[in-house]
Amino acid sequence: MPFSVNLGHQHYVFGDLKTLLAKATPARSGDVLAGIAASSSEERVAAQYALADLPLRHFLNDLVIPYEDDEVTRLIIDSHDSQAFAPVSQLSVGEFRDYLLSDATTTESLRQLAPGLTPEMVAAVSKLMRVQDLILVAKKCEVVTRFRNTLGLANHFSTRLQPNHPTDDAAGIAASIVDGLLYASGDAVIGINPASDNTQTVSRLLYLLEDVITRFDIPTQSCVLTHVTTTLELINQGAPVDLVFQSITGTEAANNSFGVNLSILAEAHAAAQSLQRGTVGNNVMYFETGQGSALSANAHHGVDQQTLETRAYAVARAFSPLLVNTVVGFIGPEYLYNGKQIIRAGLEDHFCGKLLGLPMGCDICYTNHAEADQDDMDMLLTQFVAAGGNFIMGIPGADDIMLNYQTTSFHDALYIRRLLNLPPAPEFFQWLQSSNIMDSQGALFSGELPARFAQALSLKGQA
Amino acid sequence: MKELNTQRDVWQVLREYTPARIAQGRVGVSLPTRANLLFQLDHARARDAVHCPFNAAQFARDYRAKFSAEQAALILQSEAADRAQYLQRPDLGRRLADAQWHKLRQTANDAQPFDIAIVVADGLSSAAVEHHALALLEFIVPAMHAQNLRLAPLSIATQARVALGDDIGEALKARLVVVLIGERPGLSSPDSLGAYITYAPQRACTDAQRNCISNIRNGGLSYQQACDTAMYLITTALKKSLTGVGLKDESVLLEGQTTKHIPFFRSSK
Repeated sequence: MPFSVNLGHQHYVFGDLKTLLAKATPARSGDVLAGIAASSSEERVAAQYALADLPLRHFLNDLVIPYEDDEVTRLIIDSHDSQAFAPVSQLSVGEFRDYLLSDATTTESLRQLAPGLTPEMVAAVSKLMRVQDLILVAKKCEVVTRFRNTLGLANHFSTRLQPNHPTDDAAGIAASIVDGLLYASGDAVIGINPASDNTQTVSRLLYLLEDVITRFDIPTQSCVLTHVTTTLELINQGAPVDLVFQSITGTEAANNSFGVNLSILAEAHAAAQSLQRGTVGNNVMYFETGQGSALSANAHHGVDQQTLETRAYAVARAFSPLLVNTVVGFIGPEYLYNGKQIIRAGLEDHFCGKLLGLPMGCDICYTNHAEADQDDMDMLLTQFVAAGGNFIMGIPGADDIMLNYQTTSFHDALYIRRLLNLPPAPEFFQWLQSSNIMDSQGALFSGELPARFAQALSLKGQA
Repeated sequence: MKELNTQRDVWQVLREYTPARIAQGRVGVSLPTRANLLFQLDHARARDAVHCPFNAAQFARDYRAKFSAEQAALILQSEAADRAQYLQRPDLGRRLADAQWHKLRQTANDAQPFDIAIVVADGLSSAAVEHHALALLEFIVPAMHAQNLRLAPLSIATQARVALGDDIGEALKARLVVVLIGERPGLSSPDSLGAYITYAPQRACTDAQRNCISNIRNGGLSYQQACDTAMYLITTALKKSLTGVGLKDESVLLEGQTTKHIPFFRSSK
């Protein structure tokens, strides 16, 4: 069904829903690469006008990827909660933006609304929103998850400690973990991207992380970010698996290219839950996503990358994850060209994920072939955390020596904690205080090693 | 510059265990000036590695000087016109223009077909190619001759992605293509070279049909290690008539080499 709008003397027609959504999307290189972006600035705004008038109900009948072709579409439609949808069922996309921004719409109303929203509705409204709208509405959402601590509480903020090493060297990884813990990082998860997918290696790293968490008695969880099938195999071997990691995306075909589908995710979810390793909750999944991944897998069906990213969140929410991380600047300039595009994408992803009820974090990052630098990351970091983002990455000096990209550092997390006065997860914050790493005001220790670390570590030149 | 307000980290000795930027100290909660400048310098070098043009003509002359017994190298360019287009249109970086393809096809030898076509490609780091490609060839080319493999003339390609090797290998009718290409520069490794090996190269090939040897640089994989792994993969690929997921890599070997002991953890028993 075509959509049309008149702007002055110009008549614009958009052939179908996915075209309308793509043309209404703020500019980004991935949509240009896919050949679906607006061809002029005016055409983009024309599409936004047409989109603003579209009833939200329309998205339940007009599907961007056909029901029979795609299990993600089937998941979206089959799990739609029409009762939860009722409060907004008569609204258009433009009216929905106003509804979200209205003072009458609260944290509680958004929580109840989440199961009634589909990814396409949420993506659509985000295309009509400025950065400040994305921040203000997302800030109203609160998504709390638990495993060995409580993540996502209002006015708190967490970090994943990411101690990657190019050869998965145990001492190298442990050195980065110690650095991170002493900089108060690691409440979201201590999560290693292994250089090798070798099952033996992954197993060794899982035992290493269990040893660290036990040795220092840290209320946090571990994860080795390997393929879900490797993690399943290791669960069966009895390895200490806290969280199941998987990269996911918004179409069945793209997920297939990652070697996953809904059924394998369900199997892994059940297996990890059955281990009962959490102490305060049992959210066991850790998903990563990122705009452009479906196009990169050549499985985008002509749908814009931001809408597809939001469809990935439908996959995520089927498994009540502990953490969902949009890895926003990793994919490269052919999808998000510069700092401006990366910043907006990060805030869109956070907004869309939160509205759908997900515990959104952001890997605030860039590669050296993108037109971006540390100033851009500082802007996204400040805006993302102001918007209530659940967690960011933490690595030594912002330099990932294994994945060869820059993400947020331990120092960056301290900066935003100080600026906005945000402590980490309560259980972890308590541990930092009892370990004398951080005081109750959030100030970091100085001078000698805290006793817990002095006892556990044998450092050359020190008693 | 005196570091008057820097809070030093007492675990600086751990730096010997990792090239990661640990124990940098802090001023307040922020990075000290010196560490901040070092980061800016490393980022500048990585940016330059991406954007400084690869001098293919100079590389061809250096190759000629080192390998006087080999045929002269061929200089090629993908369909990407410049760096800005290259970065935003990876599809163009994977394609050889028709004219160049047909010219290359004339080099193909039907009587004695080439076993291997080697492509030196700028990729995302001209620094990687300029620092390491020639040195690696000094290991690989003799190793190939020792196996009596027939080599096509070397191709030197600019604005090139890995898959440009598929077009080149197909045009040359080579059984297998080896692409030595500048990898995406890291902050601490602006000049890392990768080697991608593809059996029966042609335009329809996917990344699942390749084997990759990554991180060839000072402080990473040595030329000898890279050459040994490449020759193992190449000879096995020619025997089994495939590369990619069906041809297992050396990860078990890598697992054997890495340190599993943490010397600075006291025994917890």
